[in-house]
Amino acid sequence: MAQLIAEQVLNGLQFGMTLFLMSAGLTLVFGVMGLINLAHGSLYMVGAFACAATAGATGSFWLGLVAALAAAAAAGALIERTVLRRLYARDHLDQVLATFALILIFSEGVRFIFGSFPLYLSPPAMLAGPVRLPGGLDYPAYRLAIILAGGVVAVGLALLIGRTRLGTRIRAGEADREMAAALGIDINKLYTAVFALGAALAGLAGALVGTLQSVQVGMGEPVLILAFVVIVIGGIGSIRGAFWAALLVGLVDTMGRFALPHLFALLTDTSSAAGIGAALASMLVYIVMAAVLVMRPTGLFGQNT
Amino acid sequence: MTRETALNLALALALPAFVASAYVAEEPFLITLATRAAILALAATGLNLALGFGGLVSFGHAAFFGIGGYATGILASHAQDYTPLMESPFLIEGTQAMLIHWPVGMIAAGCAALVIGALSLRTSGVYFIMITLAFAQMFYYFAISWPAYGGEDGLPLYLRSSFPGMNTLQPLPFFTLVFVVLILAIGFCGMLSASRFGLALHGARQTPARLVAAGIGPFGVRMTAFVISAMLTALAGSLFADLNRFVSPSMMSWHLSGELIVLVILGGVGRLFGPLAGAMLYVAIEHVAGGLTDHWQFFVGLLLLAVVLFARGGLIGLLAGERGHV
Amino acid sequence: MSEPVLKAGGLVKSFGAVVATDSVSLTLNDGEIHALIGPNGAGKSTLIKQITGELTQDSGSIEFAGKPLDGLTPQARARAGLGRSFQVSALMPEMSALQNVVLAAMVKEGGPYRFFRPVLAPGPLRDVAEAALDRVGLSTRAGARVAHLSHGERRQVEIAAALALGPRALLLDEPMAGMDPEGAARLTTLLEGLRHEAPILLVEHDMDAVFRLADRISVLVAGRIIAQGHPDEIRRDPAVRAAYLGDAP
Repeated sequence: MAQLIAEQVLNGLQFGMTLFLMSAGLTLVFGVMGLINLAHGSLYMVGAFACAATAGATGSFWLGLVAALAAAAAAGALIERTVLRRLYARDHLDQVLATFALILIFSEGVRFIFGSFPLYLSPPAMLAGPVRLPGGLDYPAYRLAIILAGGVVAVGLALLIGRTRLGTRIRAGEADREMAAALGIDINKLYTAVFALGAALAGLAGALVGTLQSVQVGMGEPVLILAFVVIVIGGIGSIRGAFWAALLVGLVDTMGRFALPHLFALLTDTSSAAGIGAALASMLVYIVMAAVLVMRPTGLFGQNT
Repeated sequence: MTRETALNLALALALPAFVASAYVAEEPFLITLATRAAILALAATGLNLALGFGGLVSFGHAAFFGIGGYATGILASHAQDYTPLMESPFLIEGTQAMLIHWPVGMIAAGCAALVIGALSLRTSGVYFIMITLAFAQMFYYFAISWPAYGGEDGLPLYLRSSFPGMNTLQPLPFFTLVFVVLILAIGFCGMLSASRFGLALHGARQTPARLVAAGIGPFGVRMTAFVISAMLTALAGSLFADLNRFVSPSMMSWHLSGELIVLVILGGVGRLFGPLAGAMLYVAIEHVAGGLTDHWQFFVGLLLLAVVLFARGGLIGLLAGERGHV
Repeated sequence: MSEPVLKAGGLVKSFGAVVATDSVSLTLNDGEIHALIGPNGAGKSTLIKQITGELTQDSGSIEFAGKPLDGLTPQARARAGLGRSFQVSALMPEMSALQNVVLAAMVKEGGPYRFFRPVLAPGPLRDVAEAALDRVGLSTRAGARVAHLSHGERRQVEIAAALALGPRALLLDEPMAGMDPEGAARLTTLLEGLRHEAPILLVEHDMDAVFRLADRISVLVAGRIIAQGHPDEIRRDPAVRAAYLGDAP
């Protein structure tokens, strides 16, 4: 039982880290450019497809991973330059619509190229098996690697934003667009760079998850919406908030799905108990979001406005 | 008569004229298509009240659409099976009557909107968009995992629900019923827009600080509009269930929420007949482009981008110019 | 003398280490225009926001028409009769001048939660709004969209809206800002006559207007009121001259 629970906790962490990779880009783009990007889920999908296609053609997962980062970053830079740039000064409604349009374009474009059948992606051989953890738990090495990758990205982002010149520029852009422009920062290039960075993280998430699920059109949207939940809980614009909220959401969702049906089956003995538990579990993260909003309308790490 | 009034009149007549010709040409499928457009227009008319008049970009109206649909689905399925909905503390039987489905769906959606509104209207801007989206998703997943009414597979209805004095299974009477409801709803929104409440709602969109200076709290105004808006969209959902004789979680999907926003924008945000114009255009594109290529949504995406970037007033803005004073 | 309409006592508000208003007290009596002047950054806006309820003071109290305002939302303060205009004109841009004023008149005439009758239908609501527009000399422009009005006309609409509220006091935040001399003169004449309808707390940079209109002046510098009194006293006050007026009249 203890092992089962430990495994679920690790699964929750792994899910949380994937969500963090998604939310980091989303919240960065919102924080710096004030843009709400629904097409972020499409970049996730682009990453997954690029990885699956490249890995399928070359037989190397690692080449696929590189391709995923490159393809998502390129797609991100492309839409930033052609479409999104015109929307920074527009209201959120226009941003929602334009990025909704981009979802349709991306989804149908990918469907056109790859067809409607899902692709499958295998983890690299060195991560294919289980690892024996202290305490005797066998846990898939690949999932462990995802947790690790998320941690590395979190530390990397913190260093990037806190310690580097690009980070200084990002923070300056966040504080004041005109000020940054006055300081001689090329805002246009900065925005493209930030967007491409966020896109690459989404692409990375897509590629990593592509081995756990099938790679198919529309795979980005459920994750996108959970990423929204994450950044609402964490506070929009806060990377740190996104990190902790992603772990929270990942754990709550995974543990809820695992525990609630059992719990209801224990409490009542009707046949529908497991069903009720499952239904409730699927709502759990939203209930957590509602609870956070009641206590802190701007999220856990959000600035009060 | 202003240009917009003339255009509105033309829009109001276009759909019945189309249906009349489809009837003469004995093309019942086209009547069903027009009915679909009218129902989507009704759902978008509800959304327009919040989004266009109140400036509340709700990305979760599919939840209300679905609640309306499930109200019809659940009540009708119990009537089909002759099983009561509930036996204690008092007996509730299923029913096939639209006149019961509608208010049940609308009240349920209104209650959901009260809860969602209480949480989301405390925030604004992008928070509001994401939170409405997230709550709609919550209903969606609930519908998927709740096994009693079909879960993921949805819930088929063997008969279309009944309306007194009408054979709703025939395409023409059903269209007529839907269209009358739609025109009444548009008229209701027009009346609302011109009323005291409407002025306050338009004010809450334009300059909330001024509304406050006038002694009117924006929260109450927005909440009222959000609830009414949800109820109209639920009514459309109820009719949509009858149109397809099928209810499924996809009625609550985020994609539908997005589509409803698209309808409002295509037609013209905050224009009384904008949702109707948008729905007619959308269903026409869906039908025509969908016949040409499987990837028609790609072109909808491009069109939508063009509208957002270059034609912000939508169809009505393009044809009738700037909106009147509100 | 009767109780003042507005009485602020010991208002302190700080943001972090910065004390924006430091124990500010002032009163507004019936029939007077009380001008609040001071250099930019002196804390005038912060003070105004504490009175309107957009900010909550750290300590001190505000009484309005004999009742404490503490804990009341800005809209409740407006309903209590605190009419205001904004520093940067804040009207409903897509509405007509009349619709803007009608909106302000609603609360006194039964509130906004009426859904059926057209808001502009003839009746007391419209009468109040039209009278207010007439009072500021703008009845001929009632049907014009605010976005199409001149800057000066928008200022007039703001004041008409504040009047339509049936105010017990008016709080006007730089009504002359951005006006040409002719418009400023016209507005000065208008305000001159309004003081008997409702006393005015006037925040203004236009010194000609201030010294012509004010019965009393308070000078706010660096969050403190350094002088308070009749315009002549203020003109002669050495501290004010040094801190603010320079060599002005």
